[in-house]
Amino acid sequence: MVGVTGMDRTGSGGPEAGVQVAGEGPAEGTDSVIASASASASASASVPAPAVRASGPLLLGVRHHGPGSARAVRAALDSARPRTVLIEGPPEADALVPLAGDEAMRPPVALLAHAVDEPGRSAFWPLAEFSPEWVAIRWAVEHHVPARFIDLPATHTLAWGKEDEGRLDAGGAEASGSPVDVRVDPLAVLAEVAGYDDPERWWEDVVEHRGVGDGDAFAPFLGLEEAMGALREAYGSGGHERDLVREAHMRLQVRAAQREFGDEVAVVCGAWHVPALRQKSTVAADKALLKGLAKVKADMTWVPWTHRRLARVSGYGAGIDSPGWYGHLFGAPDRPVERWLTKVAGLLRDEDRIVSSAHVIEAVRLAETLAAMRGRPLPGLSETTDAVRAVMCDGSDVPLALVHDRLVVGDVLGEVPRSAPAVPLQRDLDRIQRRLRIKPEALERELELDLRKENDAERSRLLHRLRLLRVEWGEPVASRGSTGTFRETWRLRWEPELSVRVAEAGVWGTTVYAAATAKAEGDAVAAQGLSDVTALAERCLLAELPDALPTVMRILADRAALDADVGHLAQALPALVRSQRYGDVRGTDIGALAEVAAGLAERVFVGLPPACASLDADAADEMRRHVDAVHGAVGMLGEAVDTGAAPGQDAPGNPAATPGHGDLRERWHGVLRVLSVRDRVPGVIRGRGVRLLLDDGEAAQDEAARLMGLALSPGTPPADAAAWIEGFVGGGSGGGMLLVHDERLLGLVDAWLTGVSAEAFTDVLPLLRRTFSAYEPGVRRTLGELVRRGPGERGGAGIGGSGIPGFAAEFDVGRADAVVPVVRLLLGLDQVETGGGADGGPGDNDLVGATG
Amino acid sequence: MSVSVAPKPVETDGTESTEALRPHAEDAFAEELAALAAQDDRPRPARWKLSPWAVATYLLGGTLPDGTVITPKYVGPRRIVEVAVTTLATDRALLLLGVPGTAKTWVSEHLAAAVSGDSTLLVQGTAGTPEEAIRYGWNYAQLLANGPSRDALVPSPVMRAMAEGMTARVEELTRIPADVQDTLITILSEKTLPIPELGQEVQAVRGFNLIATANDRDRGVNDLSSALRRRFNTVVLPLPASVEAEVDIVSRRVDQIGRSLDLPAVPEGIDEIRRVVTVFRELRDGVTSDGRTKLKSPSGTLSTAEAISVVTSGLALAAHFGDGVLRPGDIAAGILGAVVRDPAADRVVWQEYLEAVVRERDGWTDFYRACREVSA
Repeated sequence: MVGVTGMDRTGSGGPEAGVQVAGEGPAEGTDSVIASASASASASASVPAPAVRASGPLLLGVRHHGPGSARAVRAALDSARPRTVLIEGPPEADALVPLAGDEAMRPPVALLAHAVDEPGRSAFWPLAEFSPEWVAIRWAVEHHVPARFIDLPATHTLAWGKEDEGRLDAGGAEASGSPVDVRVDPLAVLAEVAGYDDPERWWEDVVEHRGVGDGDAFAPFLGLEEAMGALREAYGSGGHERDLVREAHMRLQVRAAQREFGDEVAVVCGAWHVPALRQKSTVAADKALLKGLAKVKADMTWVPWTHRRLARVSGYGAGIDSPGWYGHLFGAPDRPVERWLTKVAGLLRDEDRIVSSAHVIEAVRLAETLAAMRGRPLPGLSETTDAVRAVMCDGSDVPLALVHDRLVVGDVLGEVPRSAPAVPLQRDLDRIQRRLRIKPEALERELELDLRKENDAERSRLLHRLRLLRVEWGEPVASRGSTGTFRETWRLRWEPELSVRVAEAGVWGTTVYAAATAKAEGDAVAAQGLSDVTALAERCLLAELPDALPTVMRILADRAALDADVGHLAQALPALVRSQRYGDVRGTDIGALAEVAAGLAERVFVGLPPACASLDADAADEMRRHVDAVHGAVGMLGEAVDTGAAPGQDAPGNPAATPGHGDLRERWHGVLRVLSVRDRVPGVIRGRGVRLLLDDGEAAQDEAARLMGLALSPGTPPADAAAWIEGFVGGGSGGGMLLVHDERLLGLVDAWLTGVSAEAFTDVLPLLRRTFSAYEPGVRRTLGELVRRGPGERGGAGIGGSGIPGFAAEFDVGRADAVVPVVRLLLGLDQVETGGGADGGPGDNDLVGATG
Repeated sequence: MSVSVAPKPVETDGTESTEALRPHAEDAFAEELAALAAQDDRPRPARWKLSPWAVATYLLGGTLPDGTVITPKYVGPRRIVEVAVTTLATDRALLLLGVPGTAKTWVSEHLAAAVSGDSTLLVQGTAGTPEEAIRYGWNYAQLLANGPSRDALVPSPVMRAMAEGMTARVEELTRIPADVQDTLITILSEKTLPIPELGQEVQAVRGFNLIATANDRDRGVNDLSSALRRRFNTVVLPLPASVEAEVDIVSRRVDQIGRSLDLPAVPEGIDEIRRVVTVFRELRDGVTSDGRTKLKSPSGTLSTAEAISVVTSGLALAAHFGDGVLRPGDIAAGILGAVVRDPAADRVVWQEYLEAVVRERDGWTDFYRACREVSA
């Protein structure tokens, strides 16, 4: 590094110098400099490196996130040793460059720009270890050379986002960074010309697999530049109109740097832009292009990034499918294929697949022969993948998916030093805290919230969202006194490490809402069991994250579809229906939820009858509880679907987003009917089924009596019959009163009991005791008296209950009438009249007084 | 895909009747092979009739520089053929896996024809395949008369392929009893076949290789030992990629079978065929065709071949007992039989599918009713 000592002095001023804005210097003369640069392009192919430097800026056109480009950039910089490095990226980040040299900084990371007043408006410039831009930054930091970003400032690009909402979020970084875009994809065009159907593969063959040439570090860039130049001639801006503005800005910045450092300037930018930077144009014309751009106040910081997010499949993708593979290509010193396949073998071994070194050898041979057959210089990702599939995975795609997930994409997580500026999420949180007047305090305190009040409801949502983000500021505790759903109690305590958690959560989004939504979706995808997803759905409703609900619901529906255990489904159903009721209290749209619940119910209906066959006593008892739970849930669900049938059509992944759930209750009754007559179903469930049908008015009393007669007939084993009785009148079902009121049923039980043999009686006694001892003392006494009196005295099945002990045979009309006013008052039927006191007699007041 | 399944040379599914009428691949496509060989200037592995690249072209089809059109033999992912050919070129044995009706045998025959010019060195695997079929047998008259000698030895196709540097084929490898399967291990790893009776051995000549086909999802198969499995590169032949392709295969094949069974032609059957294919695909993939709802998959394979048999039997029902038009009722029972292999678990799967998917689908009401009727 002896040769660099002269640069050290200029290097120290790097960050400040970088802030200088375009075009503050005089305009004259720069034109010719750019022109001479283009002349050098043809010359530098054969001329040694210093000649290039002497004649103009060193333009290094790259592919963003291309490991080959990255390596080439490093080689070119090493050989050219420029005094400054200009990089395509937002200039606001100049001050953040030194952080890249920090020990704690570990790629992949992203530059995050966000509007100060509106943290939700943001753009990312992700950088991986193998990104040429990152390599350039690191080179500059290591060699104490100033590195500057020369793209259009984020203050403008974010304002563009304001103009066309949505574009930014979908691919802000990509639109502003990558030469590959939806309109004209230059690589696709070049690949097509070269006869490739896949641009990715063409790039691999032509650029990535060509090691840096021995003699000439600049050759790769020249070829690419030529190709891009031809493309730009043919396509102009290729539909990327804003590129022209950005390129004008870059040109101005390059000129400014040239004034400062002469020609010892290296520019690292998308290859697509290189011809435009070479282009002759006047400063005035460039400035004209930049005039009158909209602005927002923008702020920059580094945020940690992940390989998964670099991949195309997720949110703010950087447009690369295989970051892990690229990282490997960049990191591997030699024999990339052998090393890669060894890595794959290691992974498969860790997952208990038997993979020997012989497998690796065969896979390498296959990959190389495949590449030869496909006419490729070296095996690429597709060849190695084919080889892994055929040799190591027995042709199966299942282990291959693991390889893709862990290695091709990879689990790498970036890190950012503590000293990086605060993430926008923290700002958003600060703002919400101010607005809701809820201060983070280290002292523990309790907070009572009344969800009917808007401010309290918002506080509750904030706390719930933070909990989803693992920022455990508040902890819900059981409310004192009231158990109403509109009341919540929280225990608040702000620990210092929560700030770190907030910073970590910054990966998920820039506002509390967006981050919580993304996190909930991520959690849903990763959730293991059905109940986890149900719980998550509940939390989404509490935190009011309607945007996360469709994903959560889709995954819930998927999990429900694949879960073969009816017990799980039956357990999940009540929770879902409960969530639906929370949703009601909070005024959330719960249509989708109801639909998923209905789908879940359908699956329970289908699965329940087979699942009830041949159970032992304990399992039968548990299943009976499931039946009860489903019954209650279906009851509530039936109402919800009946009344609010319209929404939910748009819920993706919904098993049955079409009408047809209105008859849920009817179908449930069908299931109960099946259960109540099937012999292999345990008695307790059969009895329960009959009872539920009876309560719903679906089975006539006669029918119930017939089924009871069947169940209690002498042929049935006494234990089974006793279980039936438990199912029918046991539990918290108020079964005692039923027996009190229906003498025939009581008669049947009585007759059966007296018919049970002495030995069998001892066996069934515990069951019976369990059933009857749960009754209220009054009911028990009444039953006892009825039994003592014997069934003969009052025939008939009338529910009139002509002779309940202690009551007259007929109604006392006079006394009954006296109660009417109170009943009307309770039901709120005639408030006006009672208010006026027109109708109410003195007796009325007395009664109210008495009850009060 | 259409070509790939149509003719089945020697299979266990009862189509031997066509065998005599059917020339071997190397004869049927002799002209194409000759044209390829003439124009093929790429390097060929030892004793290969064509270069790997030309073999791939032969299977996938294309047009040669002189204008000769090579018909595609296998319509499916290009990757599959490339990996298969490359495997043979690296002298690793090739195992073609797949459910019935995915053209395993077809591909293996054409590979052998293109690589060695001979697809007849074939061992057909059955539960009764003896070791002699893979190693060698004896001509007992000779053996008794002259004692053990090379003259008394009856070589198996595999032995001949080794001696002559050809491609041997083993069909339905997983049907062969496990102990017999394992005789392949020495052949594949040592590339020799010892003959202890004579104190000799047959060494494989360069160019020898082996293609095995196997069905990994059927019942009653003998799984390959991992020792044997390690010696193969495995290529799984996928099911038809789209509904259209599968409907095409099914209707074409049903038409052929129907003619040979003298069933009256059914004009309106295509809707029901589409329905059968849709049901099979959805249950097989565990997701509805619109990709919105996940489903449980039953234990059966639900292969294209089964779809063909469901439709054929439906046609027979319609022709002999119905009014000659294929209706939902005719196929419902067949589908039920194909789907519900395990009476407990599969029935739940089927019921869920009926209630959650079929019931709600437009225009499927008749089918739903018919299925309810047979399922009840």
